[in-house]
Amino acid sequence: MAEDLYREVILDHYKNPRGHGVIEDADAQAEGMNPLCGDEVSIYVEFADDGETIDDVKFSGRGCAISQASTSMLMEMVKGRKAQEIAELPKETLLEEIGIPLTPIRLKCALLGLGVLKVALHRAKGTPLPEEWAGLDELELK
Amino acid sequence: MDRVPRYDSQVAVTARSTLDAQKLRADFPIFEQKIHGKPLAYLDSAVTSQKPRQVLDAMRTFYETSYANVHRGVYTLSERATAEFEQARQKVAGFVRASSPREIVFTRQATEAINLVAYAWGLNNLGPGDVAVVTELEHHSNFVPWQYIAKKTGAGFRMVHLTEEGELDLGDLEPIAHEGNVKVVANNLVSNALGTINPVGKIAEWAHDQGAIMVVDAAQAAPHHPIDVQALGCDFLAFSAHKMCGPTGVGALWGRLELLEAMEPFNLGGHMIRKVRPEETTWGDVPHKFEAGTSPIAEAIGLGAAIDYLEAIGVEAIEEYEQELAAYALERLGEVPDIVLYGPPPDRRAGIVSFNLGDIHPHDVAQILDSEGVAIRAGHHCCQPLMTRLGVAATNRASFYLYTVREEIDRLVEGIQKAHKLLG
Repeated sequence: MAEDLYREVILDHYKNPRGHGVIEDADAQAEGMNPLCGDEVSIYVEFADDGETIDDVKFSGRGCAISQASTSMLMEMVKGRKAQEIAELPKETLLEEIGIPLTPIRLKCALLGLGVLKVALHRAKGTPLPEEWAGLDELELK
Repeated sequence: MDRVPRYDSQVAVTARSTLDAQKLRADFPIFEQKIHGKPLAYLDSAVTSQKPRQVLDAMRTFYETSYANVHRGVYTLSERATAEFEQARQKVAGFVRASSPREIVFTRQATEAINLVAYAWGLNNLGPGDVAVVTELEHHSNFVPWQYIAKKTGAGFRMVHLTEEGELDLGDLEPIAHEGNVKVVANNLVSNALGTINPVGKIAEWAHDQGAIMVVDAAQAAPHHPIDVQALGCDFLAFSAHKMCGPTGVGALWGRLELLEAMEPFNLGGHMIRKVRPEETTWGDVPHKFEAGTSPIAEAIGLGAAIDYLEAIGVEAIEEYEQELAAYALERLGEVPDIVLYGPPPDRRAGIVSFNLGDIHPHDVAQILDSEGVAIRAGHHCCQPLMTRLGVAATNRASFYLYTVREEIDRLVEGIQKAHKLLG
């Protein structure tokens, strides 16, 4: 029930989001929204000298606890990893980390940040963008 | 928008109505279940209402005893089906005080009815130099079609804004009149997002002074606000059955006969024709000209049964009861810390209460309420321009109907308190 969904770790990430902020002149950047509930997420990436490793990553935006907490968790998950690796990261990995039962509608909230990050990497590095996020790139991103 | 609830509970109290919601609930089989172990508190009737047995039975009986296609066969069953279908049209005509059942076109829902007018009237009557006017309170269904047709025909598109109280700012009308030939004004009688009851009669008068037609979206009004197209002075009026105890898949458009007769058709195909020749096709009479293909027959009959049901209770009594509920809800919600209430005072609103709880996202509030068995809507309510005006991405919305009881509002408030504790 409500307590399962809003378990401690989700509330913690929601109330104290990790990597919240903006990187000026980021190497990669994208914004996305979930038109259903109006969640908004912008993600900024800075690469290390090798041009591949995610040296710093931040997000800004507003939205429901699920979208903001999952994006916060994502920030911790991807830092220090390679762009290609994140492009291939299956959504299940993030969902396992979130670890709460989600209805199809809330799934969109939970996966918004990951989708936006994949679009940012796709734009900057040409990494593949899976089918399910292709529409996000064309329709909902500024 | 001001962050203080803008209502005065002193003016809200009206005489107690005679409607007995507790008794009426027994007509609705959906309430015979629990959600997460708790009785279902369905506070989302503005998006769609639940269905009484009377409507379900009427449709089932029709399917079991009189079903055939209408206006087709010469056999008894088809004649019977046609008679029932046309009787439903008469009920709809009476429900909106139309001067003739010929002015009633069955559509899929209010959205299709408005699209019918936007395409069949708008495409041929709008052009450069003309202006289509909508309001900031419109549902997308009465906004997007006009925006689209205006763009397609080169006409201008203007919006009447809101006052701080969440009511239409009629001061916007005068400047709009100087921007071109106002040809169509589109407005909802009741706002689905805030519950505001709009001064449609006044706006229709202004529209006619400009030589424009007035198109009224009554989807949110029809369930609980008496409709009289003669008194409103409008030219078209649209509503859906599913919000007023009827089935999905059917709605109605009322239009002035002379306008309907002058209009081009909308959907093309079977039934709407007079003569089909390789070189040319001519159209059937109104309303059949607008009813191509097999109609939602059982659904129209269900709509007729819903009208019978509402009229037996009394639409005025439903409205009065909902205003009492809205006043009670506004009073109780006012107790919750960090709550922001939107919309006008209860005496100028339908049974709809929109609110936000501090910075907590409405989806989180709605999810916590769901675990308590309380169903409310969270989102933009198909009113993105309005959400922009309010400066929010979404709101929570609790909406009431003839089967809503006060205990459900108490449970709503308790659930919100819980959400505030958990996420605030």
